[in-house]
Amino acid sequence: MIEFFKRLFGPSDSGATAKQRLQLVLMTDHLALAPEMIDAMKRELVEVISRYVEVDREKVEVDFERHDHALAMMANVPILGVARPSERAPEPPAPAVVAAQPVAAGAPPLQQRKRRKKTQRAPA
Amino acid sequence: MPAARGRAIVITSGKGGVGKTTTTANLGTALAMRGARVALVDADVGLRNLDIVLGLESRVKHHLLDVIEGGVTLDEALVPSKYNESLMLLAAAQNREKDEVPTEAMTALIERLRERFDYVLVDCPAGIEHGFRNAVAGAQEAIVVCTPEVSAVRDVDRVIGLLGNRFKPQLIVNRLRPQLVKRGKMLSVEDVNAILRLPLLGVIADEPEIIITTNKGEPLALRRDGATGAAYHVMAAKIAGEDVEAPTVETRDSFFGRIGAFFGGKA
Repeated sequence: MIEFFKRLFGPSDSGATAKQRLQLVLMTDHLALAPEMIDAMKRELVEVISRYVEVDREKVEVDFERHDHALAMMANVPILGVARPSERAPEPPAPAVVAAQPVAAGAPPLQQRKRRKKTQRAPA
Repeated sequence: MPAARGRAIVITSGKGGVGKTTTTANLGTALAMRGARVALVDADVGLRNLDIVLGLESRVKHHLLDVIEGGVTLDEALVPSKYNESLMLLAAAQNREKDEVPTEAMTALIERLRERFDYVLVDCPAGIEHGFRNAVAGAQEAIVVCTPEVSAVRDVDRVIGLLGNRFKPQLIVNRLRPQLVKRGKMLSVEDVNAILRLPLLGVIADEPEIIITTNKGEPLALRRDGATGAAYHVMAAKIAGEDVEAPTVETRDSFFGRIGAFFGGKA
């Protein structure tokens, strides 16, 4: 019955597949043609995250991954320290950020993407 | 000689085989039938085809490189159409390569043509290399030809990026197959232009007539009676500045049509 309505009302057909593929391929093309935009986005992303947690700026990675049906941005942002909740400023502070200070030299790089990994808070 | 210069319009697409040459021949024919003086320039050096589509292959004696290199005058190189004396062809060299044409010389040539013609339509080669840059160099406007295919839209998207803001590009969606669009098996004009976002000059259906007229070397636009021939004339009017609707191809289907298709078998 569902098939019946699908065929009667909404053709989910090769035309739709073409449209979806086209949208994806163009997004990828446009990204490839705009490396300076990606750099700028990465900088701003780090800036925003740094207002809340201490980030290892040198190791931030931003990647785009093509899947069959979607394009995803993957950001790998190693976090060096998180302030105790009581110490957090209520309003977003000025974007000035403490220089990144690795807690433990030679700490293994974060492999899991899009997941905050809490490391020990850097000693004050 | 007119004081005002004509308009140089490049017909381009990025991808090959989408119908640039046929479009150039037909728009040129339609513009000439309105009484405008039209020069068609084949910028596809090494792979010339515009002469074939216009049925002029046996009359071409000289080509644009002969003119650029100074051996031949424009008058000697321009081949008048068999059907309309205000339509003329400047053929591409078949035995030369695109890199042999200096861009400044190409621009100067288009400028000279603009002094004598109301419209200079430049048939751009496929690709985005030297030949593309040459074809675009002398033009002030662009018409981009796109078929409803992923690859063609992608290439047009790239070409639009390369053209920048200077050419006021307009879109022709070519070779649309309304039956396939109706059944959801082909990108629609809306799908294509949701991506490209260009002013629509017109839509041309994929008609056997176009193949037949090309076989004969008689542009379809010579006749206004068929839907496709008429569409070229409406586009010509639009190019000339008339306030007319872009010609489209009907692709909407009635509810009952779909029921019929459903019960009639595989949609």
